[in-house]
Amino acid sequence: MEEDDFDPEVVKRFLFVNRKAPYGTVYALESLETVLISAAFDQDVSVVFADDGVFQLKKGQDTTGINMKNFSPTFRALEGYDVEKLYVEKESLEARGLTEDDLVVDVEVLNSEELSKIMAAQDVVITN
Amino acid sequence: MKFGILVNEGPFTHQASDSAYQFAKAALEKGHEVWRVFFYHDGVNNGNKLSEPQADDRNLVKLWSELAAEHNVDLVVCVAAALRRGIKDDVLAPGFRISGLGQLIEAGIVGDRLVVFGD
Amino acid sequence: MLHTVNKSPLERNTLESCLRLAAKGSAILLIEDGVYGALAGGQAAEKISGRMGDFTFYALGPDLAARGLSEAPLIDGIKIVDYGGFVDLAAEREAQQAWL
Repeated sequence: MEEDDFDPEVVKRFLFVNRKAPYGTVYALESLETVLISAAFDQDVSVVFADDGVFQLKKGQDTTGINMKNFSPTFRALEGYDVEKLYVEKESLEARGLTEDDLVVDVEVLNSEELSKIMAAQDVVITN
Repeated sequence: MKFGILVNEGPFTHQASDSAYQFAKAALEKGHEVWRVFFYHDGVNNGNKLSEPQADDRNLVKLWSELAAEHNVDLVVCVAAALRRGIKDDVLAPGFRISGLGQLIEAGIVGDRLVVFGD
Repeated sequence: MLHTVNKSPLERNTLESCLRLAAKGSAILLIEDGVYGALAGGQAAEKISGRMGDFTFYALGPDLAARGLSEAPLIDGIKIVDYGGFVDLAAEREAQQAWL
């Protein structure tokens, strides 16, 4: 099947949900790769960070000692790909002793009730 | 209805691939279309024809291949995830093809539903 | 929205997070190890029974049976479906979210 099999006029609401911490497993990194690719399809993309997923955005990550790529700076590049809707759950931050100031990128912090409304209004939800 | 399916785990370690297969089979039995199954993360191992389960065990790689042959299901293995894990064209089981992550996004756009299985 | 939960609530916070972030009116289907959450005598039972007004709960029959739970007492109100029922739920609801 060809890449141009679909109607270019179709714009769906895509939600990527990140609930896993970085490095311990590959999900966070490979999920970010999916978000970057989705930007090329001109869809309505939102990214949610909840539970341990908020640790992906923690400032000051230094992976030299574990010989893995520090991909946290890439979150700052998302804006350049027109991926601007980054949501973080307030309850998840608080449960981990974090505040918005601890995060590498500007996000919208929402409580679970506000976030659930955004999450409910999606066409495609991709989780890892 | 046109279903897309995402499988995030390989066969055997996690139940995700089994669940996805059972879901796909049930959807086809109900007359739905399973347009594409996209394999990501360790899910790319579902396309490895070198997999040899014991004789009394289900062979998920073969089951996916058969599903593709019988129902024209497009089985796509993510190229970046596959190369990292040593999955190349030479080890690919029948019915699978290697392509880009864009094929997952496309499955979301074209399909009426995208159903995700992982761990 | 159809939410699928595949982790035991005794091991992970997956069910809890789903219950916190799913919008009212959603369907929640317990699959794989998620079916342990359907046990009436389990520690998670109250989490589900207290939310019966907000969500419709389902458990996947083949996963219950595989784990020796076909005859086990389940939380009142949880409906049992097979894979065909899972497909119906995915088709009826406008999207699916997998809680992993």
